[in-house]
Amino acid sequence: MAKALLHAGMTIDGFRLEERIHRGGMADIWRVTRDDVGFPIVMKAPLLDFEGDLSLLVGFEVEQMIMAELAGEHVPRLVANGDFAVQPYIVMERIEGPTLRARSRDRVLPVDEMIQVGIAVAQALSDLHQQQVLHLDLKPGNILFRPSGAAALIDFGLSRHERLPDLLDEQFHRPTGTPEYIAPEQLMQVRSDRRSDIYALGAILYELATGRLPFGVPSRMAKARRRVWRDPVPPRALRPDLPPALQECILKCLEPLPDARYRRAEDLAFDLRHPDLVELTERAHRLQQDDLRTVLGRRLRARAIMRRILAIATRPPTRPPLILVAVDLRPGLEPLRQALRDASASVLANMPGARLACVNVMPASLIAIDENVDAAGENIHVRRLAELRRWARPLQLPKGKISFHLLETRAVAAGILEFARSNRADHLVMGAHSAGGSFAGRAGGQIVADAPCTVTVVRAAEAPAGVAAPAGPLGEMHSKP
Amino acid sequence: MLIALLSDVQANREALDACLADARRAGAERYVFLGDIVGYGADPVWAIETVAEMVADGAVAVLGNHDAAAIRPGDSMTAAALAAIDWTRGRLAEAHRAFLAGLPLTLEEDDRLYVHASACAPDTWIYVRTPREAFQSLQATRQRITFCGHTHIPALFTEGVTALPQQHVPTDGTAIPLLAQRRWVAVLGAVGQPRDQNPAACYGLFDDRRNRLTYVRVPYDVDLAARKIRAAGLPDILATRLTVGH
Repeated sequence: MAKALLHAGMTIDGFRLEERIHRGGMADIWRVTRDDVGFPIVMKAPLLDFEGDLSLLVGFEVEQMIMAELAGEHVPRLVANGDFAVQPYIVMERIEGPTLRARSRDRVLPVDEMIQVGIAVAQALSDLHQQQVLHLDLKPGNILFRPSGAAALIDFGLSRHERLPDLLDEQFHRPTGTPEYIAPEQLMQVRSDRRSDIYALGAILYELATGRLPFGVPSRMAKARRRVWRDPVPPRALRPDLPPALQECILKCLEPLPDARYRRAEDLAFDLRHPDLVELTERAHRLQQDDLRTVLGRRLRARAIMRRILAIATRPPTRPPLILVAVDLRPGLEPLRQALRDASASVLANMPGARLACVNVMPASLIAIDENVDAAGENIHVRRLAELRRWARPLQLPKGKISFHLLETRAVAAGILEFARSNRADHLVMGAHSAGGSFAGRAGGQIVADAPCTVTVVRAAEAPAGVAAPAGPLGEMHSKP
Repeated sequence: MLIALLSDVQANREALDACLADARRAGAERYVFLGDIVGYGADPVWAIETVAEMVADGAVAVLGNHDAAAIRPGDSMTAAALAAIDWTRGRLAEAHRAFLAGLPLTLEEDDRLYVHASACAPDTWIYVRTPREAFQSLQATRQRITFCGHTHIPALFTEGVTALPQQHVPTDGTAIPLLAQRRWVAVLGAVGQPRDQNPAACYGLFDDRRNRLTYVRVPYDVDLAARKIRAAGLPDILATRLTVGH
């Protein structure tokens, strides 16, 4: 790779370097010109003679890749990406406006201005998220304002595009980001939750409101974990004129559990625009940090809380309800399967947007027959999946609303319960145990007793004597709330 | 130039027809067949003739393990695959065999390598499923992008800076930039017998000017393809798996 140092007056790919306007730890910013570009532009070029930290270069690759995907007023317009083999650089529109860092330096913002800033940044974030990009390093130095007042976000070196390969994933096994603003899940290398950006914005708003960082300046990443159990000093304790609604907004962004934060940047923008409509909780009126006893309790449970944060942050967002139906494919159970299908249909009808997971339990012994595992195992597998599909076809669910699973287990009840738990099922539909029926009595009872959700137990209608078995509409249903 | 990459056609006429129609609509100007034109499916003669015509017209094709087995009784294959390939061999005329026999194992074009399986010992048909296997394949070529198939499961690997290659599950229908400073192994899914739980046919569109690869999924008449497999007396599992994409 070229190590030539950039200097004023030189020309790269037609861009003339006029002056260096910023020297950062990772890259220089040059004011450049090119005749065919009719607006002010800058070139960002990574420092190539740094010692060893490859993550800098990967970050630059990420930034080139992501900026090429972005458009709109909330990001600088990309002009060109420089070839890595010659001189990596990014030439982009120069946004003059001050950074938020410069705008708020050494002062707390008046409440009105703070609200305007919050709305502008939340809008920028919302726009970024709609383009399926997570910033993941939001901080005052990365936020610029256009003359129109619109916020523009810069520095995408740690960002993530939801549909493109994540070059930073797994490559570097340590958290990346800025400790002052980083969300707890990012400390666990989660790079897929949009609410991480909302957390960072909460930390920024806190700083704007009080002149202090919610969790101070952690000396290293490990210390940043404190935010999982230690709540920040309520902003109103530091700044009594702050309206309770604003404290509510800020503290909601800073909740350790992603589910407790705003789900979308738009929701935060809405609350900031309409403080009088904000539903005030205990958070709004808090004037002290939690007492030592409470904090100590959380400190002791920190690991469990971290695990919960991790589970929440890695779960796919906006999860539709999940209905799990256990289908027994053994011969002779057609009436029961029919009843099961009818029951599934009515549960689906009552849960808009729900997905149906069809599960069949395969005794583990059927799988490993002999050394010809592949052929034989696969064969059974494929046939059972096809049978499950055939069972489900009359439900006419579109792809994406239905899935098929074979559970290979010896313990039927435990297998189904584990599946329901790990997939966070909202409703379980299963056949009743009866003579020759679906689940052996004890297994069925155990599922009903231990299920993490509502269970519907379905029984095929008994055929009246002398009459052919009718296709019972729903069978007999028992529900456990 | 927009290049259509089609792997593991597996004598599935309905799937290949659907993919070719889709590629034409997208404006593909070049066609690359990444091996396994035949095997498993019920239309080997049609598949070979279609590909041969396109090759005469400027398309390129490399040899797959099923193609090789169709001309020379081969080695390790599952019972169903073996039954299908024996059946296939019986349908082929000399001209079909000659076309398959003339296919190269690998082909290089600009900074790209086309190969059916791993670039590492291509005639031994090593699957590229893991970062380690991708690493071995990358070691075996100097080309920047390796396009291959064979696994029937779409995947994308990029050379790591410090470690083994990174593996990505490509998102369907997204134009993924194959950054020029990196080397890549792009495993296309299968046209004719997808195994990633999605029965839709899979092929790739690579835009060499914009340096972007899109994994495309094309729904097709699976039931007809499956019926023809059954009608031909081929093992039932070959029909069933098409409908489940496994």
